[in-house]
Amino acid sequence: MSDVTTKDTAPLHHGEEPLIAGNPSFGEVTDKISRIVERKTPRVWLLALLLTGSLTLVLLGSIGKLVWEGIGIWGLKVPVGWAWDITNFVFWVGIGHAGTLISAILFLMRQRWRTSINRFAEAMTLFAVICALIFPGIHVGRIWIAYYMFPLPNQMGMWPNFRSPLLWDVFAVGTYFTASLLFWYTGLIPDLATLRDRAKNKIRKIIFGILALGWRGGNRQWKHYELAYLILAGISTPLVLSVHSVVSTDFAVSIIPGWHTTIFPPYFVAGAIFSGFAMVMTLSIIARKVFGLENYITVNHLEKMNKIMLLTGMMVGYAYSIEFFMAWYSGNQYEIFTFINRATGPYAWAYWTMITCNVIVPQIFWVKKWRRSLPVMFVASILINIGMWFERFVIIVTSLSRDFLPSSWDYFRPTFWDISTFVGSFGLFLSLFLLFVRYLPIISMAEVKGVLPQADPHFYAHKSHKASEEENK
Amino acid sequence: MSRLYDKPEVILAEFVNPGALLKAAEQLRDAGYKKFDSHSPFPIHGMDDAMGLQRSPIGWIAGLLALLGCSAGLALQWWTMAVDYPLVISGKPYFAFQAYVPVTFALGVISAAFASLFGMLIINRLPQLHHPLFRSDNFAKVTDEGFFISVPSEDAKYERSKTRAFLETLGGKNIEVLRDDD
Repeated sequence: MSDVTTKDTAPLHHGEEPLIAGNPSFGEVTDKISRIVERKTPRVWLLALLLTGSLTLVLLGSIGKLVWEGIGIWGLKVPVGWAWDITNFVFWVGIGHAGTLISAILFLMRQRWRTSINRFAEAMTLFAVICALIFPGIHVGRIWIAYYMFPLPNQMGMWPNFRSPLLWDVFAVGTYFTASLLFWYTGLIPDLATLRDRAKNKIRKIIFGILALGWRGGNRQWKHYELAYLILAGISTPLVLSVHSVVSTDFAVSIIPGWHTTIFPPYFVAGAIFSGFAMVMTLSIIARKVFGLENYITVNHLEKMNKIMLLTGMMVGYAYSIEFFMAWYSGNQYEIFTFINRATGPYAWAYWTMITCNVIVPQIFWVKKWRRSLPVMFVASILINIGMWFERFVIIVTSLSRDFLPSSWDYFRPTFWDISTFVGSFGLFLSLFLLFVRYLPIISMAEVKGVLPQADPHFYAHKSHKASEEENK
Repeated sequence: MSRLYDKPEVILAEFVNPGALLKAAEQLRDAGYKKFDSHSPFPIHGMDDAMGLQRSPIGWIAGLLALLGCSAGLALQWWTMAVDYPLVISGKPYFAFQAYVPVTFALGVISAAFASLFGMLIINRLPQLHHPLFRSDNFAKVTDEGFFISVPSEDAKYERSKTRAFLETLGGKNIEVLRDDD
């Protein structure tokens, strides 16, 4: 027998609202979530997929043009050699972090409210990281030799440089994607078995039968399953912190003023979680409305996410101000110039957009009424995502455009292809998301059932005890 | 398997709720059954104790693989950077282990991730698309709202009529004997 348990049955605090509203039975949970996948394809979904699919084609076309012509089609030139490409990469990787935080850290901390949003957020992580991986892949220009990034034996007998953060990034983001995929699939297995058992036609039965691997829900299986899930959560937890830290070293290990600072890893991680929660918020507000999941993703869930955004937003704001302080305190004239230039130079408009969206907007969440208001949080979540894109743009482009030698200063302007690639990446992200909500259960049924009060065997003991007491009276 | 049964078979009984399932599991355990299983749509707290199960070994598997992954990662970087094609980069030593930490860590994590999923599947003998339990139509409820106990003929205490009667006294409903006969 073991003292350690991987099962979470912490009782609700007195007066706490239940996690899942409407007091559904186990069967009602199955029905509600499975029906979203099993009903006839809605016309609106097809129209939405048509739109996002077209945008995906814009992305593919832009990549085709890039491969044909070279990265000159973007607005890149000396001194700005990184601009929208790397901005987009960091933007998308950052968005992924909320999914991992929800599925891993909140799981370890026994935050049971996560069960309503984790599937959803994990899927978002995967799709965001797919979008992110495209950008470093294509920004090398000659993408047919992108395999140089991997330690593969090649005709030159050379190896990639493991002392470079750019190579750490390949491993960090690659690991992140793979570990997230395994975690997501592990969580899906019991729900895939549900869809298998409900399948009415042969094709569905075969497809879900294979994907569910013959899951029988036996406690002998659950025992190993739960520990495997716990370990996956445990090893994903440092990934939340490490992946964006490694991404930040791409900048911090260089000697560019405005990049070369030790605050970057924690600052990037806080920003990543901030932007990721904003994206989860945007998507879940739409999804709960469209699929009628108000009882599963309740306003309480959304309010908790808003609190996390308020916290991480202030961490980001703190990082912005401490960067200024350190620039002044260092006495380094390049550092001082870079930061004054950020706030008052040619990119001041981008800097103040960033400050407004990331520091000022989340302050509205101090007010409980606004924290629980759907329109307010919807608009705020979109503004925060805009702000977080600008944060990466400001860091990358302002530092590069005015470097050490004033004669080489330049002002970066995006071209048509910069914009089409970025907009296209949203097409890919949303297409993958639409396919996910159509074909897989968007809320983890097994986990939601596990947090219902009647899932606890003591629920019945208590009841029968009460009943016998009343009989005695 | 007892010699009495030439083909593997399993008795399946349904219980009304997680509380009843837990009680039945405790009584089967106390009656000396060793290989029975309790099936539920979600893991039930306290069931491992009720069934008398040991803790899962997956932690050890994942931990071992994580160490192996880290070692392999560090060895790869040492061999490529310091042995096979040493290059002087910024005057740093060939084996600058500090710079090799992120990749070592990443490879450890990815090895542990694979080990936990595939270790879990191997121990659970999955994928296993064919199983006598799937012959029961009622058993489809197990991933929805059904709670079941199954006793296979591999169990030393298994005796078709006695086990069946025992499950009935425990409150089991819709009892079925499922044979793997093809």
